[in-house]
Amino acid sequence: MTAQGKANFFSQAWLVLVLAICFGGLLAGMQILLGPIIETNKINETLERVPVLVFGAAHATELSQSGMEINPLSVGVEKAGKSVRYNVYETKSDGKLAGWVTKSAGQGYADKIEVLIGFDPRMEKITGLFVLDQKETPGLGNKILEDGWRGQFLDKSTAKPLMPVKGKATASNEIDAITGATISSKAVTDIINTAVADLREPLADKAKGK
Amino acid sequence: MADQPTASERFIQGILPENPVFRQLLGLCPALAVTANMKSAVTMTGAVLFVLFCANVITSLIRDLLKPHLRIVVFTLTIATFVTIADRFLAAYLYQMSKTLGPYIPLIIVNCIIICRCEVCASKQSVFVAGADAIGQSIGFGLAVSAIAAVREILGTGNFFDIPVLPAAWPDWVVMILPPGAFLTFGLLIGLVNWFETVKASSQASEVLTPAESEGS
Repeated sequence: MTAQGKANFFSQAWLVLVLAICFGGLLAGMQILLGPIIETNKINETLERVPVLVFGAAHATELSQSGMEINPLSVGVEKAGKSVRYNVYETKSDGKLAGWVTKSAGQGYADKIEVLIGFDPRMEKITGLFVLDQKETPGLGNKILEDGWRGQFLDKSTAKPLMPVKGKATASNEIDAITGATISSKAVTDIINTAVADLREPLADKAKGK
Repeated sequence: MADQPTASERFIQGILPENPVFRQLLGLCPALAVTANMKSAVTMTGAVLFVLFCANVITSLIRDLLKPHLRIVVFTLTIATFVTIADRFLAAYLYQMSKTLGPYIPLIIVNCIIICRCEVCASKQSVFVAGADAIGQSIGFGLAVSAIAAVREILGTGNFFDIPVLPAAWPDWVVMILPPGAFLTFGLLIGLVNWFETVKASSQASEVLTPAESEGS
């Protein structure tokens, strides 16, 4: 390229370059300002749910004022030659282990479903379920968000895998599937079953160890 | 510049006569995708107002420096910057809403309303006119998406802004909050707007035919 050609290039493009630098600076500034707030939002969303999933909505608010501790842990599980890591929140009330909350995810009907599951200290029953992220069909699959449906999982024993059934659930390990959203119902149940299978022993052992 | 519309003309045109959604058929992606309930529609309008206003003002300020063949690059750069700001801002202060709107906030970058206003108005007229144009077009966009969202939310869930307005016996028309509901509502509303325009045009035509009466009134 000749010298004149180069000069021509800059005379053509200087505005784009100047604007790109200005806007880049502006965005970097915004990120410095807002980045920490966004990060806290993400962490809070999970942490706020943890006490509710262990103690139930009624007790959680009283307890949050008294001595309650939440310790995030990472628990590794070996299965089929692969190692899977779970984010587990150990919840303590007045220094005593009160329960576990684990984050888990699986494929739903439309996209990944991410849930938080609460367990009692010995991993014998489910104490709560919360859906963090889902993109299921509005009006059908997204009923997995509703309290009524999620409430079915409360106090379910972890001894037998849970089964979604069409119609009316009768056995203790059965869950009413949502009408028109069998796949979403099954996806949530599968996520819970997998988490139970992977975590029951390691977490129950930890609880005994204390 | 005598043939260019003034600020107030630009403002009024954006609201109904040149409504971006119903008359120009621009910005249909958000108009169909985030109109399942009023809250998302209003948030989307706010984001579009912010981006359109900032992009129009910046474009208008630098309009004399623009090289014709590089103008699209400059528009896109400007729009993308303000869309990113809007997206981060929502994630910081309206976290749940930002999760609901998902990719549709970043997609404002390719929303034709904004690049169209930069091209048609802001790159040719003063900052004041460009600002008025941005506000008028955003109000027009807001009215359009709110109209679609109101129909869909009320028929689909019986609620308006999450407040129940229909009796509990209302069988929720789930199809209205699914994608087909968006197309149905949008088509019917365009039909309504076109019918309204035809009626208005024919009543104006009859006025022209009887000038004595229109002078008298």
